Amino acid sequence: MAAENLPSAMIETVTHAAAWVIVLPMALCLMGAALLLIVRKYSGLGFMLALTVVAGIISCETSLLLQVMESGPVGMTMGKWLPPFGISFTADVFGASFALTAAVVTLIVLLYAEADRPASLAGDGFYALVLLLLAGVTGSFLTGDLFNLYVWFELMLIASFGLIVIGGRPVQLDGAIKYGFLNFLATTIFLLSLGLLYGLLGTLNMADILRVASLANPAAMVGVAALMLLAFGMKAAAFPVNAWLPASYHASPAAVSALMAGLLTKVGIYALLRTLVILLPTTRDALEPVLVLVAVATLVAAPLGTIAETNLRRAIGFLVIGGIGAVLAGIAMPSLTGVSGAGMYIFHAMLTMTALYLVAGLIEKQTGETDSRHMGGLYASSAPLSILFLVLILGTAGVPPLLGFWPKLLLIQAGLAEGDAVGGLLVVALLTNAVLTMIAGSRLWTHIFWRAGFIPDAPLAEAPGRLHYLATGLLTLLIVAAGLWPNPLFEVVRIGAGDMVNPARYTAAFGLAELTP
Amino acid sequence: MDYVVAALVGCFVALGVYMLLSRSLIRMLLGVVILGNGVNLLIFTAGRLTLDIAPIVPEGVGHSVGPIANPLPQALILTAIVIGFAMFSFLLVLAYRTYQALDADNTDTMRVAEPEHAPNPTLSY
Amino acid sequence: MNTVIFRTIAPIIVAIMLVFSVYVCLRGHNEPGGGFIGGLIAALAIVVLGISSSAAEARRALHFDPLSIAGAGVLLAGLSGLLSIFNGNPFMTSIWLYLNIGGSIVPFSTPMVFDIGVYFVVFGTIASITLALESENGEEL
Repeated sequence: MAAENLPSAMIETVTHAAAWVIVLPMALCLMGAALLLIVRKYSGLGFMLALTVVAGIISCETSLLLQVMESGPVGMTMGKWLPPFGISFTADVFGASFALTAAVVTLIVLLYAEADRPASLAGDGFYALVLLLLAGVTGSFLTGDLFNLYVWFELMLIASFGLIVIGGRPVQLDGAIKYGFLNFLATTIFLLSLGLLYGLLGTLNMADILRVASLANPAAMVGVAALMLLAFGMKAAAFPVNAWLPASYHASPAAVSALMAGLLTKVGIYALLRTLVILLPTTRDALEPVLVLVAVATLVAAPLGTIAETNLRRAIGFLVIGGIGAVLAGIAMPSLTGVSGAGMYIFHAMLTMTALYLVAGLIEKQTGETDSRHMGGLYASSAPLSILFLVLILGTAGVPPLLGFWPKLLLIQAGLAEGDAVGGLLVVALLTNAVLTMIAGSRLWTHIFWRAGFIPDAPLAEAPGRLHYLATGLLTLLIVAAGLWPNPLFEVVRIGAGDMVNPARYTAAFGLAELTP
Repeated sequence: MDYVVAALVGCFVALGVYMLLSRSLIRMLLGVVILGNGVNLLIFTAGRLTLDIAPIVPEGVGHSVGPIANPLPQALILTAIVIGFAMFSFLLVLAYRTYQALDADNTDTMRVAEPEHAPNPTLSY
Repeated sequence: MNTVIFRTIAPIIVAIMLVFSVYVCLRGHNEPGGGFIGGLIAALAIVVLGISSSAAEARRALHFDPLSIAGAGVLLAGLSGLLSIFNGNPFMTSIWLYLNIGGSIVPFSTPMVFDIGVYFVVFGTIASITLALESENGEEL
């Protein structure tokens, strides 16, 4: 083996500064978090700095999304090493647009948190942790390497962990213990599947896996995929392994719950979409019965949880889980329409679930209660709040013309197009979910706003500030607007799903297309 | 050799799962660590166990001479160990704080976030 | 642990450990060592100081807040990766600078800066966690 016969391992071409938009979001996030950690004792500085960094990330990701929409997936490999040797970042339409949505959600939550946080909490590193969480989420959406995905997952986990325990009330510690152990277990299972995948294929670069996956022992690959389904299912809180979500999301302050509800489970379900639909399509077919069962169970069981739960934020936690069921239904039907529906549902869930938690925080602030049985008559004292909550509940149930309607329409179309019993079952489950969510949501709304009030204007209660309403209203407006003009979003998911179902352009972004297996 | 290490990985994972099924936080914590070490060993084995020389390119040659050991699993494991260590220390601090705040090491008695006798939902509407 | 012998020896041990940690960090690129292990050794030095006196004493000796040190490390590591934007290379590409100082070639490189960043991150994180565990009055991390 002489040196001159070896293929080149280094990138020889010049990388233009414009190509850096794919790594800048992560780099900015991490360095912003570091800077915030240093200056966390200076109150007032943190908020402005965090806002600036997130605004910078949003502008980077907007230009990335425009670039990707125009010319297909782009990639960058660290340190000049050719893939699969270097660690790659790849942005396709789904990754870039989800990352952008995550940054927008973070911006809104930052505004809300600024109004919400008592002055006594200044200096606890909240803003640094939020940016660290955003770095983990953005990294997970934009990475092109499975091991790198694991690293981002852990970063996200540590940041969310810190966010849950800020304040240190016993209920938060209790929630954090359950959240921490189960999520750490999930990432360990993911690592286990990575080890087996590496043993089978000798690579963890996503495009490289795509190239060689069909050559590996199919039975072993199904085992790997099943482990990934378990790991990402746990991260996404799919039905039988969802226990950590309602145990922890209501423990932290409303802004933190909102951030986690909007981002964390969506990253898990996105990773599932990516691994099962793009990377290992053959194993997905073998796992289809399990996927369908999990999707149906999640779709049906979650809204029942909402009906049975009296704690407001715990009840909304079950709505988050129900949304995961809809995305799982899309993964179980990997046609162009099905994947489009799943992708669009992720947008809807990111925005709507965050907004729901923000409104729930305002309701709790107004009533001074966390239990929906003790609330009531809020309509009289706070009409705007009741309208916000109603709009979001209707959106979650999928009432047209709100944003929740369009992905469900796509998913039901996909189910009908399947034309078999599985498709029919999923359609029935999706419709059942919509009806049950409608019942659960309207019950919540009636109990909190419509029913004669126990405490219409309790002296303890604290009126939400203008910034609270600005943040929540802005997000709700975004949801309504996206529901009324869904065409740009349809365009985004059409291209994104196209690249998922047929990943030729995705592989080309790594420059791996010309290599023979 | 591979079979021995594979069996060892199995033992680690079994022990980790067994410890995780315990109700004591400290045992669960140790279970997580053992499980993590089992997984690290698995990655190491997945990179093929060989008795080749260390993957260091000799001075002035520019490429490796003869078969070398696979360096990538070691990089992966190192990363996993660091992350696992960070998570472990975080969970350790958390478990200690929880023990101080809730006076509980047993997960059965930790019912602050999810009260044991949760009220039934209202029957109206 | 709070014996006179230990309290007298501890500062010397700590000083030796800190110097050794820097040595281990700097030799890291081509030889066993590196920022991670160096940072661990330095953090252990602070732990020794904390055991011999008190966690509050160790914090005072550090002068900077340990988590701020970790933040500075991340910042340094990130900056070292960003430098390659200026010569048309992807993120994290190494840049080497060979300086001739007093007749010997001293290589300076972005991986070394990155390693120093890692050193601070590990040092800051481990020190803050252990100091939080050592101090009795349950303060926040």
